[in-house]
Amino acid sequence: MTLRNSSPGDIARRLWRSASVPIGSVLLALLIGAIILIVSGASPVEAYRALFRGSFGDAAALGRTLEKATPLIFSGLAVAFAFKAGLFNIGAQGQLLFGAVTAAAIGFMIEGLPPLIHAPLALLGGALAGALFGAIPGMLKTYTGAHEVITTIMLNYIAINLTDYLANGPLQDTTPGNIVARTPAIEASARIPAIGAIPLGFVIALLMAALAWWLLWHTTIGFEIRTVGLNPSAANYAGMRVSTTIIVTMMLSGLLAGMGGAVETQGIIGRFQPGFNVGLGFDGITIALLGKTHPLGVIPAAVLVGAMRAGSNLMQFNADVATEIIDVILAIILFFVAADSIIRWILRTRAVSEEKVTLSTGWGQQ
Amino acid sequence: MSGPLTGEPLALEARNITKRFPGVLANDSVDFALEKGEIHALLGENGAGKSTLMNVIYGLYSPDEGQICVDGKEVAIRDPNDAIAHGIGMVHQHFMLVPVFTVAENIVLGSEITRGPTLDMRQAERQIRRLSEEFGLQVDPQAVVEDLAVGEQQRVEIVKALYRDARILVLDEPTAVLTPQEADDLFRIMRQLTDRGVSIIFITHKLKEVLAVADHITVMRRGRVVGTTTPEETDEQGLASMMVGRDVVLEVDKSPAQPQQIVLEVQNLSVQDERGVVAVRDVSFEVRAGEILGIAGVQGNGQTELVEALTGLRAPQSGRILLDGREVPFHNPRYLIEHGVAHIPEDRQKHGLVLPYSIADNLVLSTYYREPFSRGVQRRQRPINARAGALIEEFDVRAPGAFTPAGNLSGGNQQKVIVARELSRRLRLLVANQPTRGLDVGSIEFIHRRMVQVRDEQIAVLLVSAELDEILSLADRIVVMYHGRIVATLATAQATRDKLGLLMAGSGL
Ligand SMILES: Nc1ncnc2c1ncn2[C@@H]1O[C@H](COP(=O)(O)OP(=O)(O)OP(=O)(O)O)[C@@H](O)[C@H]1O
Ligand SMILES: [Mg+2]
Repeated sequence: MTLRNSSPGDIARRLWRSASVPIGSVLLALLIGAIILIVSGASPVEAYRALFRGSFGDAAALGRTLEKATPLIFSGLAVAFAFKAGLFNIGAQGQLLFGAVTAAAIGFMIEGLPPLIHAPLALLGGALAGALFGAIPGMLKTYTGAHEVITTIMLNYIAINLTDYLANGPLQDTTPGNIVARTPAIEASARIPAIGAIPLGFVIALLMAALAWWLLWHTTIGFEIRTVGLNPSAANYAGMRVSTTIIVTMMLSGLLAGMGGAVETQGIIGRFQPGFNVGLGFDGITIALLGKTHPLGVIPAAVLVGAMRAGSNLMQFNADVATEIIDVILAIILFFVAADSIIRWILRTRAVSEEKVTLSTGWGQQ
Repeated sequence: MSGPLTGEPLALEARNITKRFPGVLANDSVDFALEKGEIHALLGENGAGKSTLMNVIYGLYSPDEGQICVDGKEVAIRDPNDAIAHGIGMVHQHFMLVPVFTVAENIVLGSEITRGPTLDMRQAERQIRRLSEEFGLQVDPQAVVEDLAVGEQQRVEIVKALYRDARILVLDEPTAVLTPQEADDLFRIMRQLTDRGVSIIFITHKLKEVLAVADHITVMRRGRVVGTTTPEETDEQGLASMMVGRDVVLEVDKSPAQPQQIVLEVQNLSVQDERGVVAVRDVSFEVRAGEILGIAGVQGNGQTELVEALTGLRAPQSGRILLDGREVPFHNPRYLIEHGVAHIPEDRQKHGLVLPYSIADNLVLSTYYREPFSRGVQRRQRPINARAGALIEEFDVRAPGAFTPAGNLSGGNQQKVIVARELSRRLRLLVANQPTRGLDVGSIEFIHRRMVQVRDEQIAVLLVSAELDEILSLADRIVVMYHGRIVATLATAQATRDKLGLLMAGSGL
């Protein structure tokens, strides 16, 4: 998977090979979406034009798209990263919530810090909270053998209820008249601003994606992570510490999700309010699959989904189409992508002994 | 090519088959003819294109050119279902069974008998019993596959093919993983099958087997057929030079060992297998610098567990392992690698390789974190590639390049990648478990020479092999394992095949 030492034609071919399924799926889904629109009496041309204008039509639209894409990049990265070690992190949602609430706490409790210190501090606090929460399923897996899919799902409930409680109790906004479960607004010094139309959080997300890519393919840690993901027995044979690698991977995955929560708090919402973040972590699974579980593939996937979400309002307004059509199209996209990926995922992860079945088809498969 | 003497149409004929992979011409206008009811051996160097040709016949690969005829009629084989429909069955080099299924479930998989919406396993089991009686293939339909020995799993594969009415059976290196006893059973079964009109293509690297069982022998080299002959017309030496294109030294040429200080000392080691059964009982021995200690034994007598304990893959129950006089921690491969222990593992696809990785990455699998392959945490691709280029050259790995995924290599070339990696480290002790499994005679010659060379560099070598010939020709001293114990230690000069055979069978004590 090193791109160095390959000819440009080679790179293009490889890129096409991995991007063809998602691109094809998107086109096919838009086509099916158009048929649904026609059947329901709307004009697909009109609808798609409004969708496009609402997401990329002007600076404000672009800003909205990038804003929506930002948390998706983070949670998509979190899922994709864990996937490289053969781990299915369903817990991005919980890790993201912990990141969001921690960033909010640091954001409103500390006063008088300069922005250059306060904002990064809250961001790091959120990332760290996500990492710690991500470490739990990693440790449960290595020490007790509990499967991470089960534990992360259960830990999501713990995260949802615990952050709910915090926003309702110890951290609740006590301004007179507030009856909602939410924290106070964070200090202005903790906010992550936008540069023109481009939210700074989006830039941070891009940097993290690049960092994750570099870590996976250009460092020894990444080599260990990928080896554990592809063949844990060989990793052990080669002297790699499989359990440590699993825990570290889950921590880094949690860190990415937690950072996504922090960026959402500091860049968009301005406080922690349960419910505002719901779904962002789960969307990570969609984004990761759509991005072929590659850290860089996650970016176009998140921007695409972000754009559809951002443009849906204008579409409703201009073409009189219910925004739910977007969810339908997204679901169809995912269906086509997943019909391919999920099957491969299942084949690959079944206990090591079953791997023989897939591998033994000879050296025919790439 | 020797035509049909009987005037009957050929069971199978492949004409002018060409198959290209990126950077490789795996089959180059190959012609191959299989007569009815014969055993036709297919020989050739690693990477010669044998498995590729068989995969083409079985519909796993579609050829770029060429035709296939069954019973004299041209047929289109687009996938294995077409092949099965034309009566072709295949047992692959690496088995394709589902380990958690029963024998019967594995056999019917893909051609299930149903009664309404439910599976009729009863009926299937009856049919399997009938087949196994008819052909003398003992299998228990209700056993779970992962509990079976390799030889039994292979019988399941054969029954599976027969269950689908195979009249042409392809066996890709079936004896590579069998004990001599199991191999003899297999030959008996093969004879029984041909007596009933089944035609068999038999791939192997063992020349003795070829001469013993084959009716015809076709030899391939670098994608082409070099010729077809019969056991009467040739001998081992002749076959070897036909395969490799030069004379091959079948005997290992080595000077007497000059053992020095003790490098590995094993004291009262006991090891359990994964089911918690004691597999190694209270074993003690030592290996000195400059000697090759061979461990002989029928497979499954504790050798695997012993090697896994010695190489840190498995924690022993009790005992001590000393390396250069210092006790080593259990279950710590990294420690052993750092202290110069190299390990050629028994199962190359499970432990030895990460198949999707390039050859280059596989060659640094255990040294990736050291200079010059990385600096700090950053990997450095250039030295990794340079090392790969040099080793591919030195060990004659046949591959388009250092970036070829290990999974695309032929079985023997995968083995060479592992041997290259392990022998190219700083060594104190080499633990080699079936180091030449699946290798052609030329490569075996090469690796045997390298192992003797390693020994002569005052490195301790522990060789575990199911091949008596390999043990007898390489080892300086031999210990025999039986039921987890060492039952005899003898100098190679005093060992004969018969004596070892008796000891390995647990008699002659
Ligand atoms: N799926 C594949 N993709 C690319 N190259 C391949 C693939 N399968 C085989 N090859 C190449 O084709 C050549 C022939 O391989 P093949 O597996 O047929 O050899 P073989 O004669 O069976 O060798 P062995 O005795 O080692 O099993 C090799 O150079 C191998 O690297
Ligand atoms: Mg082969």
